[in-house]
Order: sequence, then C-alpha cells, then structure tokens
Amino acid sequence: MLDLLNGFVAELRNAGLPVSLTENLDAMEAVKQIPIEDRDAFKYALGATLVKSNSHWRAFETVFEVYFSLRGPHYSLLEDGTTDADEMWREMQEQNRQGEGKGSGGGMDSLTPEELAMMLYQALLNGDQAMMRALAKQSVQRFAGMEPGRPVGGTYYLYRTLRNLDLDSMLEKLMEASRQEVGGELTGLEERLEKDEYDSRIEQFKAEIESEIRRRLVADRGAEAMAKTLRKPLPEDVEFMHASRDEMINLRKALQPLTRKLAARLARKRRHGRKGPLDFRSTVRHSLSYGGVPAEPKFKYPRPAKPELMVVADISGSVAAFARFTLMLVYAIQGQFSKVRSFVFIDGLDEVTEYFKTTEDIQEAIHRVNTEADVVWVDGHSDYGHAFEVFWEKYGRDVGPKTTVLLLGDARNNYHASQSWVVKEIRQKARHVYWLNPEPKSYWNTGDSIVGDYGAHTDGVYECRNLRQLEGFVEKLA
Amino acid sequence: MGMAQLDQAPRFDSVQQVRDGLRSVNYLADDGIAGVVYLADRLQKPVLVEGPAGTGKTQLAKSVAEQLGARLIRLQCYEGLDESKALYEWNYKKQLLRIQADRNSDSWSDVSDDIFSDEFLLTRPLLEAISAPDPVVLLIDEVDRVEVETEALLLEILSEYQVSIPELGTITAKQIPLVFLTSNNTRELSEALKRRCLFLHVDYPDMEREKQIVLTKVPDITENLADQIARIVRSIRQLELKKAPSVSETIDWARTLVLLGIDHIEAQQAKETLHILLKYQTDIAKAAKELSMEAKK
Repeated sequence: MLDLLNGFVAELRNAGLPVSLTENLDAMEAVKQIPIEDRDAFKYALGATLVKSNSHWRAFETVFEVYFSLRGPHYSLLEDGTTDADEMWREMQEQNRQGEGKGSGGGMDSLTPEELAMMLYQALLNGDQAMMRALAKQSVQRFAGMEPGRPVGGTYYLYRTLRNLDLDSMLEKLMEASRQEVGGELTGLEERLEKDEYDSRIEQFKAEIESEIRRRLVADRGAEAMAKTLRKPLPEDVEFMHASRDEMINLRKALQPLTRKLAARLARKRRHGRKGPLDFRSTVRHSLSYGGVPAEPKFKYPRPAKPELMVVADISGSVAAFARFTLMLVYAIQGQFSKVRSFVFIDGLDEVTEYFKTTEDIQEAIHRVNTEADVVWVDGHSDYGHAFEVFWEKYGRDVGPKTTVLLLGDARNNYHASQSWVVKEIRQKARHVYWLNPEPKSYWNTGDSIVGDYGAHTDGVYECRNLRQLEGFVEKLA
Repeated sequence: MGMAQLDQAPRFDSVQQVRDGLRSVNYLADDGIAGVVYLADRLQKPVLVEGPAGTGKTQLAKSVAEQLGARLIRLQCYEGLDESKALYEWNYKKQLLRIQADRNSDSWSDVSDDIFSDEFLLTRPLLEAISAPDPVVLLIDEVDRVEVETEALLLEILSEYQVSIPELGTITAKQIPLVFLTSNNTRELSEALKRRCLFLHVDYPDMEREKQIVLTKVPDITENLADQIARIVRSIRQLELKKAPSVSETIDWARTLVLLGIDHIEAQQAKETLHILLKYQTDIAKAAKELSMEAKK
C-alpha cells in the first residue's frame, strides 16, 4: 500500500502538482483514518490532503483513476457469477417472452447489437446508473476491439466504441419519447430541460466507457506506463497554439477566476502604492483638532495614471486562439485601464473597439470579431507590414504619450515586406510598445518569422505560450 | 511531527455520522464534504473551504458547530485586519488606570508584572478560540481578503494551536477546536497556509442534491416544483454567464415561486422571476433566450 501511495504521489508531481513532503505525510495519515474498502472516501482523503487548488482536481482524478481503478469490489474486471445487469436482463427477457414468445436467455454476451441498443435506450431513458455501468462494460468489450500489448491510445478505442453506439441518434430517440409522453409538443423550455437531462446522462455514460477503457489499459500495461501516456498539462500550462477543443473549453473556464484574481490584485496594488511626500495643507487642516499641533502628518498618495491601451492583434488561423484569449483577458480587466482600443488584422486591419463597447458579453464580442471584422485585404494570409501601415495611416495620430501599444502575433509574415519603421514610429510617440508572441522562443526568427525585426523597435518581446505567461505579463502591464 | 497534539476524543465515529448530523441541522453534505470534516477532526487539522460565492461555505462551519453543540467563534477577514483585531490587544486604558491608582506604593517591577497579566488582556477571536474551555468551532471567514503578510498571523495558530504573546509567553490550546477557513479565491493563498490545511472545494451541488436542498430549506414546496427548479437552474449554470446563480439564489427563487402560488413553472413565469436568480441584465437576457422563455408562437 505504501509503495502504491508513493508511486501515486510521484506521478502527481510528474503531472505538475506541487505536493510537499508534509502533504505526503498527511495523506498517509489520512488514509489510515478511513475504511480502506470505501473507494470514495479514500479518494477524498487523498484529494483533501494532496490537492490544494481546484484547477488541479482534474489532473488528480485522472491519476487516481489510473492508480486505483483496479481496486474495490465494484470495479473488478472479471465478472464472476451474475451481476445486477444480468438479473435485469433476464427480467426484461421474461417480459419480452410474454410479448413475443421468444428470447435467448443467458447473459449479456449473447445480445444482438439491436438488443444492446434497446437496453441502452431504456437505461438512458430511466437514468438507471447500474445498468449504464454494465452496458458501458459490455460495449467496450464488444466494440473497442482491444488487444493486449497493442500500442494504441485510449482515444482510439473510445472512438471505435462510440462509433458503434451512435449516441447522437439515441438522443433524438429519447427526445421523441419525451414528446410522446406529453402527447405531442413540448414547449421550448421543456424541450431544453429534457435535452439537458439526456445530455448529462449520455455524458455520464461516455465517462463510464472512458474509465472502462482506462481500466482495461491499466490492467494491460500497468499503472505507471498508463499514467505517462495520460499526462496532460495543467490548464494554465496548455499552449494556446496547440490546444485541443476540450483544452480550449477548460482554458476558458480557467480564464474567468483568473481575471477576477488579477483585477483584485491590480486594484489592491494601485491602492497600496508607497507613501508619497508630506501633504502640508492636509496636515495643517487636521492639526486644528489637536489645537494646532501637527500630531497626525498626512501624506500625498500617488495616484498613478491608468495607462491607455491599444491592442493590435493578428487573428489569422494559427494565432487566432491566442489573440482571442488576450482580448478576453484585457477586456475582463479593462477597469484597470483608462481606455482600451482594439484592432485586429490578417492582411487588412479593422478597429473592433465598438464590438466590445456595445455589449457587456465578451464572448459575443469575440464572436463578432471573428465573423464581422473586415480584416482581409488581398488573400487572407498574414501581412504584418501592410496591416501596420494601415494602422499608422488611420490611427497613428491617436497614439500618444500615455498610450501603451500591444502587438500580438507570431510575426510570420509570409515573406512580405516588414515595414518595421511603423513600429519604430509608434515607439517614439507611445509610452511603451510590447510584442507578445505565442510561439516558443526557439522558433522565433526561423522560417518566415521576423519577430526580431519588429522586436528591435519595441520595449520588449514576450513569450506568451500559455495562460500562466499571459497572466504574468498583464500584471506587469497595469 | 513536533506539534503539540492533544489526546482528545474524536468527535465523530464515522463519515456517515457527520453526514447524518449535518442533515439533522438541515445541511445536506455530499460525500466529499462529510469526509473532509471527518478527517479534519481525526487529523486535527483546519479545513480550507473554497468555491464560488453562495454555495454554503460559511454555512458549513455554522452547521458543524450547531451539530456539535459548540460555540461558533467567527473572525471576519478584511483588508487591513491586524494582530490587535485578530489575536489580542492590551487594554491600555485599564493599564493606565492601574498605574495611576497607586502611584506611590508599588515598585516598578510589581506594576509591570501586574499590568501585563491576563486581567489586562483583551482576547480577540483567535485567542479566544484556543483559550476557550468549552467546545468551539472557529470560522475564519473570507481569508483571501487579508494581505499575504497578515496570513502569517494565522500560521502559528493553525499548525500548533498556540499563540505567543511576548509579555506573557505562549498560550496553548486547552482543546483543539475545529477550524474552518473560507475563501472566495480572489487571490492565491500562500503555500504555507495551504500546506497546513485540508482542502475542500465546494462547488454548485448536482441536480439531485440541489433539489433536496430546496426541499429542506423551503417549507410547503411540492416535490414536482423543486425538481423543476433544480433542472432549470442546472441548465442555466451550463450557460456562459457573468455570474451563475448560487444555491442561496436558487432558494430565494423557490421561495418566491411558492409565495406566488405557482406549482408548475411556465416559460412566462420563469422569465418574469428570473431577476431573482440572475443579477446582470445581460445574463437574464441570455438565459431567457437560451431556455426559450421568450414568448413565441
């Protein structure tokens, strides 16, 4: 047991969780206090002692599944004797036989695919948890085609299983059943509620399948090897440029608490600036209540001017996600700036400040940026040179000594002219010019990247591959 | 480890007992919550409760206190909280009076010994909690509001259950209280603090639990209505909103619907009362649109 726990903690550290020695000892102490056969309690005991941040919980759960999935009576691989599901199946068969006069009997293995689909439909309709779990096992066994030792990832098996189950049409069938139950039409609200209900059941079923596959893989390959293949970066370390769809969703979720934190921190920083020089007038005024003795010296608190921000972002394919996140972050804390203006470009350039002004909903604004902004000039391939020229021509006069200009992009210019003189001009008028590059530093200035050309004229080029780096930069900025 | 552990009978025998006890005071805990409270008692460690606003973090501490029949001592944190508000303070006025009362009789050492004694000490929540002879539950509310430097004040009491007062020496706990710290996560707490605590993330409850909460908290509500409320709230929370409805807002909504004599929510009624659940106009519009509450057809 001790070995297993040590391996588990080591894997957590590998996954990027900061687990200290004390916490490790606490975990060992904690698991002594709970009955070992209670898997849920075991999980919470480890979670409470080892994971101290909610954003790390997912990573913890994955590692936990891998290390402890083969434990507990519920989760054994080999089905010995009859299970609940078999029982239920027999009952259903009974009913069928009465109806149709035939039936095959026996366990689930002898089902036809149609019967399996039918059972799944019933289980989903009734929200029958035990049945769903049993069916998940059965589906994996039947459809995933898992072979021991085959070097294929879990997603491949998942895909194969789901393809055979056709859950999309299942949802439609379930909805149809609900409609019939009320005898015809559901109102819009009811329709939505029913759909959300079934969606969550289907999601649950998918999760069962996923963990079943994982269990089998662990049994085949061993926990350590499995944990290694499943190791994923924590949300704050996911690279913008290579994030998968799921990771994107997690990133967006991670962004919200982050902006809240950032805004609170920045506001605090502003209020708690260092003390300024003596405020003579105020001190004299307050001395009156002490009979003219200046007992309570008053100071002038510096009120640092809030910077004015101009964001100029490349939103062409590869860096679009990065631009989106930066815009979202900047607008979420726009209270920290006296004014925020934003421009997007590919080879043409368009101002999108209005989109953010007219709505409070940042998501909607971002959506409009993606669909409505007029950013294509010739062919829709990044042309930083032309975009900067347009910027300088149209908006150059708005750049003033209070303005901080942020240029976002990978500076992959498709071998067009760089027109880096624009950046130089901007820098002479603006307070600061920064360049944020979502590419790893080692890729800079390779191929058609000319970030060095532009960077020479800025106050700094920053690598912003993930949320952590972006947060660090924004904090410095405000 | 080198901490002064007191041999103290555990308060709970099993996780189930925690759960049942909390239920008896109308707090519906899930496995995670009950499990961590149980461990906190067994390991004699504080619990750091984190999660979105309005999910019953503070209520958890109150309910545990109620369940145990213990006194709840609460320290509300805010920016600028300091030692004299959290730990202890010398009662200067009384000390001054003492000195003036017999100016001539005592020698200096007598006076100085005397004025720095228990009699002149004003206990603040933290000191009060550890010096209490009766069972107490200590709640340190919204700990994320104090500055990082002030957090250090808490460390000694959280790990050693003692307070050091330079003039008096160290005051050690007579009994180890259950300690809950809550945080709305407006800033990252220090590693040192997190390391000393068990971590409990309290999220929005799942649909079934929320329904049960509504049923316990709102008298006279029908099962059917509670179910519908829980479903609608779940769907609303799935949207991307500025602020998702909290559990307390769900309860308020349920109360309103009961007062209005509604037992089956129609789209129109839902739309008209949505402002109880959501606080931003954009959120309300979005939810109404997404859930098709807008009158159509």
